[in-house]
Amino acid sequence: MPHNFTNQKRLRGGMGAMTMKNQQRIVTAVFLAVPLILLFMFTYFPFFKMIQFSFYDMKYIGKRTWVGLQNYKDIFSRDDCFDALKLSLYYMVGSVVQLSLALLFAALLTEKTKGSKFFRGALYFPCLIGGIAVGFIFKFFFTHGFILDTLLSFVGFDIDSLPYWLKDTKINNWMLVATSVWRYMGQNMVLFIGAMASVDTTQYEAAEIDGANRWQKFFYITLPSIKTIVILNLILAISGSLSAFEMPYVVTGGGFGTSTYFVLMNTLAHKNQKVGLACAMAVFLLTLILIVTGIQKYVEYRMSDDYSKKHQSKRGAKI
Amino acid sequence: MSRPYNIHRVQKNKFNAQKILFPIFKYALLILAAFIALVPIVTCIITAFKTKSEYSGTSVMTLPKSWLNFDNFRVAWEKGHMAVAFKNTFIILVCVLVGSTFISAMIAYVISRFKFIGNRFIRSLFMIAALIPGIASQVTVYQIMYNLHLINTLYGYIILMLGTDVISIYIFLQFFENLPSSLDEAAILDGCNYFGVFFRILFPLLRPAIITSAILKGVSTYNEYYMANLYLQDKNKYQVISTSLYAFTGPMGNQYQYICAGVIITIIPALIIFLFCQNYIYSGISQGAVKE
Repeated sequence: MPHNFTNQKRLRGGMGAMTMKNQQRIVTAVFLAVPLILLFMFTYFPFFKMIQFSFYDMKYIGKRTWVGLQNYKDIFSRDDCFDALKLSLYYMVGSVVQLSLALLFAALLTEKTKGSKFFRGALYFPCLIGGIAVGFIFKFFFTHGFILDTLLSFVGFDIDSLPYWLKDTKINNWMLVATSVWRYMGQNMVLFIGAMASVDTTQYEAAEIDGANRWQKFFYITLPSIKTIVILNLILAISGSLSAFEMPYVVTGGGFGTSTYFVLMNTLAHKNQKVGLACAMAVFLLTLILIVTGIQKYVEYRMSDDYSKKHQSKRGAKI
Repeated sequence: MSRPYNIHRVQKNKFNAQKILFPIFKYALLILAAFIALVPIVTCIITAFKTKSEYSGTSVMTLPKSWLNFDNFRVAWEKGHMAVAFKNTFIILVCVLVGSTFISAMIAYVISRFKFIGNRFIRSLFMIAALIPGIASQVTVYQIMYNLHLINTLYGYIILMLGTDVISIYIFLQFFENLPSSLDEAAILDGCNYFGVFFRILFPLLRPAIITSAILKGVSTYNEYYMANLYLQDKNKYQVISTSLYAFTGPMGNQYQYICAGVIITIIPALIIFLFCQNYIYSGISQGAVKE
């Protein structure tokens, strides 16, 4: 909350001769200068540069040629770009699974559970492992005849009949999606646990007296109470799927048809030096993300308003 | 008021069935999930302790003969230049954490406490910046870093890490909004100026927010590998932990006993932080969620 020292009070001390208003101005300027410079230097300036470059055919060093919208046309006409965009669908399916699992385990762990701290920790810990390490862990995990194959042979599969998990183009993308779920599920789970902890417990007590079972309690009390967070995460998952990068980058390096949009963009920019095309790809995806975020903000706004009204009318009906 | 007897009994039976079956189902699910979450890591630990002949001669699930065989760790430590890597990562962590704590706290203070033209605009500038995926903008950031001669310098990387930080701002903003502004007013009436209010009154109160944001920022800095790989190219001098494992690609790419040892070395610091600070991490995640 801002101060309202409208009367021009004078102060003792080092800055004694200054009015409150001027002092505020100085503090504002001093505190914001460095962060704003950094923000412009590493976020907004590159962003505008990116838009500019997207109209050129260029490398990092050397001559630039103006090509107009050609790079944007290329995104849609090149097969690799389009295939990469299609891969996001895998990740969208994955993120729905991820959020459902997160909800399930959050619901189980908010109940009184023996060892809940251990389970929560075990499910969350994969988030804290660095990308390159995760990459090696799963290269090892999926190698033919190694961990996954051995585990499956314990339950009766014949190792020789198992596919090459990361090379077989029919399944390798699903495997990468699975690793992605493995890595990030815990994050959503912890978030949902936090949200569920703030649900009014008297509602559960009342429901119990009415004879509600666990499912009813979950679907009629828990889920509606944390609806906003769930939907927001679902929308965030869409932009997350569009920009899926880490798992294919560290596990397969984008080989064997696993190159997602950003992996492809990274290859084009830093290996093939097609800087203009890469910038156009980035701008295009960013536009998509901004649209999705716009929808998210709209939903957030609508839900916060509607939710309180609905909530009131429901209560009214019950009484 | 008395309920009809039979209804009561039906409910009680249903209750019992739930009471027995549900926990079995629940714990089975949780154990399965924990198993899936931990198996990739545990097999890595097992493999890290195996000798070369054990590794090639036994199944990946067989336990190593000796849990005291640290040879692989020694090799991984040397091949990955881990001594240099830990030193560099430590320098980066200290600078980034101190810097980002002050920067974020200062932004949050000014934005949440002062009314000035452009306040909302600046707030949105930071929030929108969070939407731009880092990987996308690196295409052009690379050029800027190149022109400023910041490539292959630790301070260049540190400055870059400071400039792309929004989680901490979120956390501090939220914290400031919950601190009553009567606190600042009282201090000002006592003759304190705004710098004094920030550094002497509010900053010490921020301790919980500082710890939370430092842990989250610390873990993400520790694990950041994409920009480190791009901007710290001289691997002998500027190796950091997150990229040290790259040493194992190429000819060593299938000697997993060494790779696993390297992986375990890089995970250990994260594990220690996690074991001691899990509650801060959890609360940090939930705080970020409310704002998003």
